[in-house]
Amino acid sequence: MPKRLLHFLLPAATGVIFILVWYAIRFSMNEEMQFLLPTPGEIIASFRDNGDSLARAALNTTEGALLGFAGAIVISAALALTLSLSSLIRISLYPYLMMLQMIPVIIFAPILILWVGPGLKSVVVITFLICFFPLVVNTTQGLISTDRNSVELFRMYRANRLQEILLLRVPAALPYFFTGLRIAAVLAPIGALVGDYTAGSSAGDGGGLGFQAIIYSSQAKYPALFATAAVTCVLGFVFVGVVVGLSWLALHHWHDSYERTDT
Amino acid sequence: MAATPLVELHDVTKRYGAGPLVLDRVSLAVQPGDFISLIGPSGCGKSTLLRLIAGLSPVSGGTLHVDGRTPEQAAAELAFVFQEPTLLPWLTVAKNVGLPQQLRGLSATDRAATSRRVLDLVRLGDRSAAYPRQLSGGQKMRVSIARALSLSPKILLLDEPFGALDEMTREHLNEELLAIRQQQAWTAFFVTHSVAEAVFLSNRIVVMAASPGRIHTEITVPLAYPRTAATRLSRDYHDLVAEVSRILRSVESAAA
Repeated sequence: MPKRLLHFLLPAATGVIFILVWYAIRFSMNEEMQFLLPTPGEIIASFRDNGDSLARAALNTTEGALLGFAGAIVISAALALTLSLSSLIRISLYPYLMMLQMIPVIIFAPILILWVGPGLKSVVVITFLICFFPLVVNTTQGLISTDRNSVELFRMYRANRLQEILLLRVPAALPYFFTGLRIAAVLAPIGALVGDYTAGSSAGDGGGLGFQAIIYSSQAKYPALFATAAVTCVLGFVFVGVVVGLSWLALHHWHDSYERTDT
Repeated sequence: MAATPLVELHDVTKRYGAGPLVLDRVSLAVQPGDFISLIGPSGCGKSTLLRLIAGLSPVSGGTLHVDGRTPEQAAAELAFVFQEPTLLPWLTVAKNVGLPQQLRGLSATDRAATSRRVLDLVRLGDRSAAYPRQLSGGQKMRVSIARALSLSPKILLLDEPFGALDEMTREHLNEELLAIRQQQAWTAFFVTHSVAEAVFLSNRIVVMAASPGRIHTEITVPLAYPRTAATRLSRDYHDLVAEVSRILRSVESAAA
C-alpha cells in the first residue's frame, strides 16, 4: 500500500475506533448516568442550539489569543535581541524571566483583575505571559548560536554590528524562532481560555470560551461543554497551522528540516 | 635586489593571553605574485599565521606589514577562504558571492555583475540561483573561492580549503585555482596538510615546525607555470614531492 494512503487511512481508522468505543461506553451506562457522556451526535446538535453564544465566545477568545500572542512575539523578539548582545545581560535577567514563567495564572488572575480589570485586557496579559517564555528562550538561543566561521567572515569583511545582526544573526536565528513560535501557538488559545476562565467577564460583548464554559457548566449543558472543548481544539489547530505555514515559507528554501530527499 | 615585499613579517611572535608561544620569531618576505604554501605538523601555528596576516588576530611581537600597512588598514586587499565553505544557507549562490560587496555598501546591480563574473570564473555560472544545500562539497568550495575573489583582492589567504574533499575533486580544484590565477594576479598563502597539493600549487613552500611554531625550511618549487594535470606526471614534480615529504617527516619525528 502506498505510504501516502496509509498516512490518511490510519488516523481515520483510529478516529472510527475511537467513536465506536465512545458509543459502546455510552450505551453500556445506566440510563440515568448517560448525561455524563453525550454522544457525538448530541454534541453536534448542541452546536445548533448554542451556535450564537459559542461563535461569539470563540471570536472573543481568538481576539485575546491573537493579541497576547502578537504582543509576546514583538516583545520577546526585542528582548531576545537585547539578551543576545551580552552574556552579562543574560546572566542578570534570566532568573527573573524564569520567575515570570513560574507565576501561577490562578494566583495572578485576581491581582490582574485589580490592575487592569476583568475581560479582554486580563486575557491578553495572561496569554502574553504564557506565550512569552518559549519565544524569548528559543529566539535568544538562535541569536547566540551563530556559526563561528560565519561571524569571522563578517569580521573579515569589516561588517558593522548592525549588518552582523540583520544579515547574519537574525536569519540564522529564524529556525529557532519558529520552534518557539510553534510552542507558543499551541499555548496561545489555551492561555486565552485559562485567562478567560480565571479573569473573564460578561461585560461588553460577553466573555470568551472559558467564561462560556463556566456558564454551560452551571446550566448543566454538558454537550455544549464538549462542543466548547472541540472549538478550542480547532482554534489551536488553526494557530499551529498558520505558524507551520509561515515557517515553511521562511525556511523551506534553505533549512535542513525541509530537505527533500527525492532531489 | 628584490622588489618591495607585498607581505613582510619580521620576528613575528604570537601567544594567546598568558598561554604558550604559538609562533616564535617568524620572518618572511613575500613578493607580489608569490604562491606560498604553509605546511607542517598540527600545532605548528600555520593557521594562526594566516589569521595574523588576515588581521583576524593581533601579533604579540615583531612587525607585520601588508602592502606597507597593518593588516587592518590593508583589509580591502585581503580575502580569506575558510576550511569550511562558510556559505550562508539562506542566500542563493549569487547572493552569497555578493555578500562582501553588500557589506561594503555596493549597489545590487554592481553585485549582480560581479557575482556573474566570478561565478563564471569558477565555472558555476549556471548555479547562481541555487541554494548552498543543493551543491556538492566541491561546488560549495568553488562558491567560497568566488566570494573571496569578488572584491578583487591582492592577497588570497586559504586555510586548508580542500582538506575535506576527496582526492579527485581536490586535484581538479587545484588545477582550477591555478587557471584562475593565470587571469588574476593575486598573491596566495595556502595552508595545507598535503605535500602533493603544496608542490603542485606553489612557487615557495614554507615548512613549519611545532612547539613553538616556527619556520623550519623554505623550499623553492622551480616548476614552470602554467601547471596542468600533466605536471603531476613529470619527474621533477615527483622528486620535489619526495623531498618535501622527507623534510616534513624529519620535522614531525623531531616533534614526536
